[in-house]
Amino acid sequence: MNALTSLLDGFGTALTPLNLLWAAVGVLLGTAIGVLPGIGPAMAVALLLPVTYGLDPTGAFIMFAGIYYGAMFGGSTTSILLNTPGESAAVVAAMEGNPMAKSGRGAQALAAAAIGHFAGGMVGTVLLVALAPTVAELAVDIGAPDYFALMVLAFIAVTSVLGSSRIRGLASLLIGLTIGLVGLDRMTGQQRLTFGSLQLADGIDVVIVAVGLFAIGEALWVAAHLRRRPPEPIPVGRPWLGRADVRRTWKSWARGPFIGFPFGAIPAGGAEIPTFLSYVTEKRLSKHKDEWGKGAIEGVAGPESAASASAAGTLVSMLTLGLPTTAVAAVMLAAFQQYGIQPGPLLFEREPDLVWGLIASLFVGMVLLLALNLPLAPVWAKLLRVPRPYLYAGILFFAAVGAYAVGGEVIDLVILLLIGLVGFGMRRYGLPVLPAVIGVILGPAAEQQLRRALQISDGSVTGLVDTPFSVTVYAVVVLLLAWPLVRRALPRGRSGS
Amino acid sequence: MTTPTTDPSPEPAAERRSWLRDHSELGVCVLLLALGVLVLADALTMDVDLTQRGPVGPRTVPVVVGAGLLVVAALLAVDVLRGGRGQAETGEDVDLSEPADWRTVLLLAGVFLGAAVLIDPFGFPVAGALLFWGAAFALGSRRFDRDPLIAAVVSLVTYAVFDNLLGVPLPGGPLMGVL
Repeated sequence: MNALTSLLDGFGTALTPLNLLWAAVGVLLGTAIGVLPGIGPAMAVALLLPVTYGLDPTGAFIMFAGIYYGAMFGGSTTSILLNTPGESAAVVAAMEGNPMAKSGRGAQALAAAAIGHFAGGMVGTVLLVALAPTVAELAVDIGAPDYFALMVLAFIAVTSVLGSSRIRGLASLLIGLTIGLVGLDRMTGQQRLTFGSLQLADGIDVVIVAVGLFAIGEALWVAAHLRRRPPEPIPVGRPWLGRADVRRTWKSWARGPFIGFPFGAIPAGGAEIPTFLSYVTEKRLSKHKDEWGKGAIEGVAGPESAASASAAGTLVSMLTLGLPTTAVAAVMLAAFQQYGIQPGPLLFEREPDLVWGLIASLFVGMVLLLALNLPLAPVWAKLLRVPRPYLYAGILFFAAVGAYAVGGEVIDLVILLLIGLVGFGMRRYGLPVLPAVIGVILGPAAEQQLRRALQISDGSVTGLVDTPFSVTVYAVVVLLLAWPLVRRALPRGRSGS
Repeated sequence: MTTPTTDPSPEPAAERRSWLRDHSELGVCVLLLALGVLVLADALTMDVDLTQRGPVGPRTVPVVVGAGLLVVAALLAVDVLRGGRGQAETGEDVDLSEPADWRTVLLLAGVFLGAAVLIDPFGFPVAGALLFWGAAFALGSRRFDRDPLIAAVVSLVTYAVFDNLLGVPLPGGPLMGVL
């Protein structure tokens, strides 16, 4: 009940004309940027960070919510019409969506995706409303050792669950932790890795790291391998669905969120696993098995709904525990830190207007998204034809704007370029970018919690594992670490018996 | 075929070069190693006697991170020598079938640095327009009628929107003083 009244207050915040305007601008910008080939949701959010610098936190996050959902929807438009998704969560959308577009059913594919996003986002956000306050209440009592355990879990999860090589994920995480070390030690004021430079004593701003790795790194990487002839998008009309299509897809829309949300909420998240699971589930349940691979509409509807719900699930751990599990959540956490707001269990007590305004605007954003995107789809499709030199020049340009607007320092642009070159190298050698960003954002906080925990226990390491909560979390960490060994042992065990 | 190899020097040299190209990922190991040494050196030369508060000082975490970097560098080297390869990232506009175009990357980096230097003396609109045009040029656009115009419009509109509508100040420079 309490959550409901808070949510109503949140709608009061979100539905003021000005905030409604920010939500609409966010949705439009997010979709436009997300549709552009080569720009995934994380880069879209990172590039659009500076747009919100001048706003008050509530307005800024309402706009962010719109950008987030808009960019996700834009990404699936790209994969359906171009078939070469740059973003992993959109891969599944291309598997059935692109064949549909090729056989002239692009409009239906886009509609199935848009409504799937709407349905998944709605269910996911309702679950967020139901769960988040409870999680926050439970988490209020957890102390430094528990937080440290959670952050260790986040580190291990992003390095070992996502990506193909753990050792490369770990290398990326350590690079991020190193960048996070630069600056004055928060507890003692000791200079670390500053080499006597005053600029570095302030530390390297998380926004610059995120923009450098996501935007500059990507732009340079694409520039080095730019296709001579960009892929030709498939022309598409206004999205619509016939009655037969709706009859086929409504169950997929309804199932998607329950696959997507749990995966988003646990810190092993990302939309990769749930979208794929949803795809497999829909394929198994489908009555039209012959169409799979040639453009089965359920294969678009289910995964898109799951992806959208997992985005809502991500917000649970981000808002209540301060743990980002996806690249977008990481950038959003960086944005919170820009405003001096620390997401965590106390956020719901300290900033109720902001949190509930944000959650309410998720609902508003989704309605706007559906209302804008169905009629505007042919316009978005035109964006796919943007000349690539302008596209990547624009990415560099807006990355520079964002980094410069952080502090008005030219040195920040130089640091941005250097981090961009690191991002380039990471893409070349298959080091995932997400662990590095998580390392930069959570590293300093994790160190603080570690030292606080050890201060309480007077230096004894047992102080890190003296609560049931932390022991449980470490057990999960051990499971994650041991999983490949277990998996390797399993088939052998079966064949032996 | 009775004399197997009379002059073995050119072949192994070429072989070594292609071996190095195949194992260029070892460069990542070297960089990680160097970074680890740097972090460790910085941590160990830290003067902590006065500032230490609590059992864990400002040194502990850097030492752990530095040591971690060394371990990962070694493990990655083992992986690469055993034939493991990091998978280069793919994307909508990425064509991995051709070798990397280093000229474009260097040009872009140069343009970016140049624009950074120009912001303070000439203001954001000028530097931003040059960044956009320069980057588009580096990426292969050669429309000398259209490119500068688009660059100028993008830069001026961005400046106006950020400075006036969004409340994010950017330096206008002498040009905006005149206009």
